[in-house]
Amino acid sequence: MIEVRNISKSFKGHQVLKDVSATFEKGQTNLIIGQSGSGKTVLMKCLVGLYQADQGQVIYDDRVFSDMPEYERMNIRKEVGMLFQGGALFDSKTVEENVMFPLSMFTNQSFEEKLERVNFCLRRVNLENANKLHPSELSGGMIKRVAIARAISVNPRYLFCDEPNSGLDPRTAGVIDNLISEITEEYGMTTIVNTHDMNSVLQIGEKVVFIHEGNLWWTGDKQQVLKSENKELNKFIFASELTRRLKK
Amino acid sequence: MIRTVGKYVLLVREAFRRPDKGRVFRKQLLFEFQSLGIESLGIVLFISAFTGGIAALQTAYNIDSPLIPLTMVGFVTRQSIILEFSPTIISLILVGKVGSRITSEIGTMKVTEQIDALKIMGVNPANYLILPKITAAMIINPILIIFSIVISLLGGYLACEFSGLVTLADYLEGLRFDFEPFTITYAIVKTIVFAFLITSVSGFYGYYTEGGALDVGNSSTKAVVNTSILIILFDLILTQLMLV
Ligand SMILES: Nc1ncnc2c1ncn2[C@@H]1O[C@H](COP(=O)(O)OP(=O)(O)O)[C@@H](O)[C@H]1O
Ligand SMILES: [Mg+2]
Repeated sequence: MIEVRNISKSFKGHQVLKDVSATFEKGQTNLIIGQSGSGKTVLMKCLVGLYQADQGQVIYDDRVFSDMPEYERMNIRKEVGMLFQGGALFDSKTVEENVMFPLSMFTNQSFEEKLERVNFCLRRVNLENANKLHPSELSGGMIKRVAIARAISVNPRYLFCDEPNSGLDPRTAGVIDNLISEITEEYGMTTIVNTHDMNSVLQIGEKVVFIHEGNLWWTGDKQQVLKSENKELNKFIFASELTRRLKK
Repeated sequence: MIRTVGKYVLLVREAFRRPDKGRVFRKQLLFEFQSLGIESLGIVLFISAFTGGIAALQTAYNIDSPLIPLTMVGFVTRQSIILEFSPTIISLILVGKVGSRITSEIGTMKVTEQIDALKIMGVNPANYLILPKITAAMIINPILIIFSIVISLLGGYLACEFSGLVTLADYLEGLRFDFEPFTITYAIVKTIVFAFLITSVSGFYGYYTEGGALDVGNSSTKAVVNTSILIILFDLILTQLMLV
C-alpha cells in the first residue's frame, strides 16, 4: 500500500499540487485520472522521489519515503518499477540488454540465470524473438511492452505507469492495460497508473482517483465513476461523444 | 554563475562515488576507451602530422639571419609541439570531437527520461554515466598526446626533407638540443587536467539539459564553448604553476 498525505508542490510560484491525500491499495490497479496538465505526472514524480514535494508525506507500507535521505531511498527504489510515458528505454542497448540491465546492476546472477529471467519477462509481455532489436526498431506498443518487462524484471513490489497507453491505437492500448492489471494481480503489486483514457478507467480501474487542477476531486472505482454526480468529474468523463452515448 | 559552479561541483562529487557494480564499470571503461580514444586517433594523427610540418616550415622561413643556425628549426618545432600544440590544441579539438558527443548523449538520455529511469531503478546516474568517461579520458588522452607529439615531430621532419630547407642531421640535432624531460611531464599533466574538464563539463551540460531535441543542441554548444574557455584558462594557470 502507498499512502500520500497532504502533498503540495509548486514550480516557481505556480502551485501544481494542492494538499493531495490518497491511498493506493496493494494487489490492485490504482488509477490517477485527470485532464492533461492537471498534475498527474507531477504527483507520480513526487511519489517516486524524482520531485521533492514542498509539503506532505509519501509512505510505502509504513516506511516514510519522503523523510528518508537519498541513500535510504535506494533500498525502496530497488522494489520499484516504473513505466515512463515515452518508454525511456536505453537506446544504446538491445531489448535483451534493457531488460537485463536492472539484474546486472543489482543481482549477482550468472548470465544464464539473467537471460532466463529476461526471456521469462519478455514472454510474459508477449514479446518473443525481439531480443536483439534496438529501441529504434520497435513500434510504440513494443516499446511499452519492453518497458513493462524491464520494470518487472526485478520483481518489484510497487509499479508506476505514466500514461502507459498514450500514443497507441485503442486495441494495443487495451492489451497494455490488461497486461498491467494482470501482472498486478499475479504478483500482488501496488500499481499506480496515470491516464486520461476513459477506456482504461472502465477496463482496469479498481480504484480511481480524480485530480482536477492539482486538487484531489473525487475517489471511487470503475462502477461508481459513471454514476457520480460530481460536476468536474462528469465534464471529464463525458467529454467524448462515445461516453455521452454510453450514458444514454 | 556561482550557482552553476556549485551545481557542477555537486555533480562531480556525486559522480566520484564508488560504482555500484565493479564488473559493469570495467565493461563501460573498456567501451569508453574505444569510443573516446581509439575513435579519436585518426583525427589526432592527421592534424598532428600537418601542424608539425607547418611549424617546422614556418620556423625555417623565418630564419633569414646567417647568425641563427638551422638546427633552431628542430628545437623550436619540438618546444612548441610539446609545450603547447599537442596538449592544448589537440585537447581543444577533442572538446569538439568528444565533448559535444558526451553532452548530446547524456542530454538525450535526460530529455527522454532515461536518466529518471536510472534513478528509479536505484542507480546513481552521475556515477553510472559520467565516471567511466572521466576515468577513460584521463587515461587515454595522455596516450593520444604522446602519439600526437611523435607524429608532429615526424611531420616536421618530412616537411624539412621535402622542402629541402633543412637537412635531417640539422633537424635531429635541433630536436635533441637542450632537451628538458620535465616538459613532457608538463604536457601530460596539462592533458590530464584538460581531459577531466572535457568530460566532466560536457557531462554536466548534458545532465542538466531540460526540454527537447533543440535544447540538447544548445547544451552541446554551451558545453563546447565553456570547456574551451576553461581549457585556455587552466593552460595559463598550469603554465604559471609549473614552468615559471
Ligand atoms: N518541471 C516543471 N517545471 C515547471 N512546471 C512544471 C514542471 N512539470 C510540470 N509542470 C507544470 O505542472 C502542471 C501539471 O503538469 P503534469 O503533471 O505534467 O500534467 P499531466 O496531468 O498532464 O501529467 C502543468 O501546468 C505543467 O506546466
Ligand atoms: Mg503527464
